[in-house]
Amino acid sequence: MKNILINFFATILVAFLLSFVLPWWSVMTAALVTSLFFPLKRAAVFFVPFLAILVFWGLYSFILSSGNDYTLAKRVATLLYLGGNPYMLMIVTGVIGGLAAGFTAIFGKQFAALSIKKR
Amino acid sequence: MKYAKLIVSFVLTIGLFFTLNTKLGSIPPIGKFLNPYSGIWQNESTESISGNVRIPGLKDKVTVHYDEQLIPHVFAQNESDLYKAQGYLTAKHRLWQLEFQTFAASGRLSEIIGEKALDYDRTERRRGMGYGADQAIAYMEKYDKETLGYIKDYADGVNAYISQLKPEDYPVEYKLLDYKPEAWTPKKTALLLMYMTKMLAGNDDDLEYTNALRLLGKDNFDLLFPDFFDITDPVIPKETDWSFIDVPQTPLPNSKAVLDTITETISKPNPDNGSNNWAVSGTKSATGNPILANDPHLGLNLPSIWFVMQLSTPNHNAFGATIPGALSVISGFNQYIAWGETNATRDVIDWYKVEFNEDRTKYKYDGQWKDVSIRVEDIKIRGKENYKDTVLYTHHGPVVYDKNFKSNMELAGYAMKWIGHEGGNNQKTFLELNKAKNYDDYVQALQYWNAPAQNFVFASTEGDIALWIQGKFPNKWEGQGKFLMDGSNPENDWQSYIPQQFNAHTKNPERGFVSSANQHPVDENYPYYVFNDGYETYRNRVINDYFNSKEKFSVEDFKKLHNNNYNLKASEIVPYMLKHMDISPLDEEEMSIYNAIKTWKFNNDIDEVGPSIFRQWYSKLHSLVWDELDIEDTALDTPFSYQTIYLLKNYGNHEFMDIKATKDKVETAKDLFLIAFRGAVSKLIEIKEEKGDYKWSTYKATYAGHLLQALPAFSRFDIPIGGDRNIVNATSENHGPSWRMIVEMSSPPKALGIYPGGQSGNPGSKYYDNFIDDWAAGKYHQLNFLQSNQATDAIISTQTLTPNN
Repeated sequence: MKNILINFFATILVAFLLSFVLPWWSVMTAALVTSLFFPLKRAAVFFVPFLAILVFWGLYSFILSSGNDYTLAKRVATLLYLGGNPYMLMIVTGVIGGLAAGFTAIFGKQFAALSIKKR
Repeated sequence: MKYAKLIVSFVLTIGLFFTLNTKLGSIPPIGKFLNPYSGIWQNESTESISGNVRIPGLKDKVTVHYDEQLIPHVFAQNESDLYKAQGYLTAKHRLWQLEFQTFAASGRLSEIIGEKALDYDRTERRRGMGYGADQAIAYMEKYDKETLGYIKDYADGVNAYISQLKPEDYPVEYKLLDYKPEAWTPKKTALLLMYMTKMLAGNDDDLEYTNALRLLGKDNFDLLFPDFFDITDPVIPKETDWSFIDVPQTPLPNSKAVLDTITETISKPNPDNGSNNWAVSGTKSATGNPILANDPHLGLNLPSIWFVMQLSTPNHNAFGATIPGALSVISGFNQYIAWGETNATRDVIDWYKVEFNEDRTKYKYDGQWKDVSIRVEDIKIRGKENYKDTVLYTHHGPVVYDKNFKSNMELAGYAMKWIGHEGGNNQKTFLELNKAKNYDDYVQALQYWNAPAQNFVFASTEGDIALWIQGKFPNKWEGQGKFLMDGSNPENDWQSYIPQQFNAHTKNPERGFVSSANQHPVDENYPYYVFNDGYETYRNRVINDYFNSKEKFSVEDFKKLHNNNYNLKASEIVPYMLKHMDISPLDEEEMSIYNAIKTWKFNNDIDEVGPSIFRQWYSKLHSLVWDELDIEDTALDTPFSYQTIYLLKNYGNHEFMDIKATKDKVETAKDLFLIAFRGAVSKLIEIKEEKGDYKWSTYKATYAGHLLQALPAFSRFDIPIGGDRNIVNATSENHGPSWRMIVEMSSPPKALGIYPGGQSGNPGSKYYDNFIDDWAAGKYHQLNFLQSNQATDAIISTQTLTPNN
């Protein structure tokens, strides 16, 4: 459990720091880094960074949008066929970021496994 | 196994990266697009309108006061700074629109949206949009470096804004389409002015008329398409004395139209593009001050075509509607005068058939071979190879139609002669109008104006009202340019232009008002050839009747007139149809609709059903009457409404009334009324089943569509507003009063204005579409005309633009 929490918060922290210098794939880089430094097992490999970024992107988009009456979020949620629901858009935003992070973490895990084996 | 897992997970990761980082069809690169740090979430805000901004190249400080409508009131110390600031602020609030419109103007949409725009791009380039812009820049280089200097200042201002942007700051549409803004150049302003010229003077029917003349013969053609209708209420009052004109019309040469068969023609601007303007003199005004109004009818888009600003220096102080990309105020007022425009149309596009030699390097002219010049249009297409289109140019202009474009003539083509290619100095007219102090200054300013020809209405605090029909008009021989002409005969060329002082105009007419609504500019007594170029025949009569109806008019009366929904067209045909239609075969449902329209008082108000019944009935009738003109692979136009109605009432038994498809029967107008009515009823029932009712607001469903194919997310639908085309409140489905302004010429002037949009181009801003509801309700906003650089109560925030040194 401890590892899970460490990975979770580390992923958010690294993603947060990298977001200032990297484009959107900062979340992939963050997941890669934490998968190497704070390795996890089985399903957690994917789901912990997935949830971390889901929370991180979802929450930040909520903060940005709530200060402006969700004006744009409603419109974009119409554009992307989400029925104009701004919260759906935040969830989709989080899921997209989370998927990118989760898959990168799986790759990181495999990479780490291989390099450990070589030693 | 481990390797397999590694490879699989690697491929998955990379695949996901590309999927989320790439634009797929119309889907934006979704990772980039939704990233809260750089995607659309960053646009979820309202513009900052306070503090200090450094702008390189400013000579002095510029103050920008914003009122609660987000209208910037700009106070600069000199004109150069003023236009820098205008460029900067326009970019700040409308960058994407500013750029997109000039991409559209120059035929560069394929660069942004891919191959589906190629036909559009080719058309615009063959129309010579870029060529015309080059000509305008060349003209200014040669004759008016001052104006070009201001245009460069404007460009510097736009670029100052663009260069401050980081990718996360780009407007939403850039993120949606996955591209970025490029540097703004003076040529883009010239392109924008070409775009206006195309919108308002890009219409002609020469080739369609050529087909019609060939198919119908001269007598029938003249009956369907007369130069003048049996009534005219022209822009310039009928009683005007033209005796001062001493340059005659070009004499008629021995010229024959070229009666080719033309299968298709290039797209034309919306024929509804038009406007109303009017002004009453002090004697006709309730307050003793002249009052002026203007409402241009254009496509209802978001962002709106207009951006409202106050632009002042110590020497002048102008306020009104600007167009992103053009300098100064276009429809507005200053401390001394007010002005507004309506479209004057006039036939300023003519077509010439040219014959080439074997390798298309020369063309026949005056018994000799002249060299063709070549302009290669290199069209970038997103995700594909460039498309190179070689356009041949003659002294007439570009050969738009040839074997490579909408025609199969191997060694011939149709060249276009268009006033838009003449390289004018339109920008100067607006710069001068902004500074004008009286009638003489206004006339002085107009002389630079070539195209699109406009009816410039004018009123001053000195008490003058006036209206000039200004444009550069060819002095044509009788009938010149109505049909395709032989391009090898020099007599068919434009021989000269009407001298500017002989352009039709009126100053302080006896009747105490001036007005224009795209109707015929003059009656038959004007000594130059003017033929019917699609002139409107209803709005002008309603407006002029209104001003003839009583002695004094107030601002309230002006508002009523802007919002007047009287359907004169319906009033001139519906009673006739009701009277002459055989109602014996009508069933119960049809009878109830018949009775509904019978009680209609011809007002196109939102809760009425009459307008919907009429619209259906008339359009069905129109296609039944003109079935003869619906021929496959032949470009044809149908006669104008006024003439159609005139024929229905006076030529009810003419051969045109017969429906060609019914071989065993000869129909008359009377029969058509019934057939059209029954067709209309079944359509109305369909609409009722689909939408619940067919009240006018439901039927018309006016909308303001986002510039990008009216993306529903960024558009406004079902706007509750009455009116229609041919009505003073000219609001149809997606077209209408794009700006309404009323100015009373007190000192300083007091003005009202509103448009169906908002000042911000950002769909995430509360200022994006906040005027629409008031506009639809016929309300106006007070325009806060600041008299000095002091924030008044109306000002909510102030921003200072400071030099970068």
